[in-house]
Amino acid sequence: MAAQGRHGGKKSNKMTALVVDDNTVNRMIHHRLLDNLGIENVAVVNGKEAVDIHCSGKTFDLILMDMDMPVMNGIEATRQLREMGIRSMIAGVSTRSMEREIREFIEAGLDDYQEKPLTMSKLISIIHKING
Amino acid sequence: MESSHLRQQIAAMRQSFFDEEILDGQFCQLERLENRGNPNFVEEVLTMYFRDSTTLLQTVEQEIETDTIDLAKVDMMLHKFKGSSASIGANKVRNNITKTRQLLEEGNLEGAKLAFRELRMEHDNLRAKLEPYFQQLRQVGPVETATRPKGSDHA
Repeated sequence: MAAQGRHGGKKSNKMTALVVDDNTVNRMIHHRLLDNLGIENVAVVNGKEAVDIHCSGKTFDLILMDMDMPVMNGIEATRQLREMGIRSMIAGVSTRSMEREIREFIEAGLDDYQEKPLTMSKLISIIHKING
Repeated sequence: MESSHLRQQIAAMRQSFFDEEILDGQFCQLERLENRGNPNFVEEVLTMYFRDSTTLLQTVEQEIETDTIDLAKVDMMLHKFKGSSASIGANKVRNNITKTRQLLEEGNLEGAKLAFRELRMEHDNLRAKLEPYFQQLRQVGPVETATRPKGSDHA
């Protein structure tokens, strides 16, 4: 999937991703995983910042969304992004294992869900879904 | 020669982390993320982990020693701590977090306090073991990753 250029100019073929996680360690790891796959990525620390960055006009091929975050959690952020018409692949990434909690997250508009910790093989399986 | 001996020492230290089940296969995942452009990635992540965990453990300790514990707050903190511990492969720390949370959920406060002390000990033990490991790694440069230890596949 071709990404829109950052400044709305020439389209780049490089995939782009947004990491949404309030935990520094997880942001570092997810950033490195994406970097190693050649995916340009930025990180924000909660769901509100994820919504705000989209409101500023930026879009991403992939959003890695944590569930539990302060200010705005991943469920609410996913819901709002979908209501805004954002059709990017949103993959929920969380340590939650209760079916009810995961179902609520998925029903908010996820395309995929992976239990943390996120590994290279899990990330590749998410990306394969983008590429169909 | 000296470098070779030091590398063997480092490799033995590393293997002991898995043999003692202090770390699991997720740590190997972190090691695979290191490359020429980011040769100290694992140490950077662990440094960040311990920076955050030290503060968190102090906060949790203060909270559980009060008469009116905010159980939801403590559980959320431990939940987050479990997540980052799992992300770095801190196996025993993660297991102790689970135990502490379970006892809190059961309303067994004294049990939970004891479990939390064990958690703190495991955390401090992990740091005490990793600090000299990374110190020695810095002396010789990155060691080539050994084969994945048996029964530690968390991928």
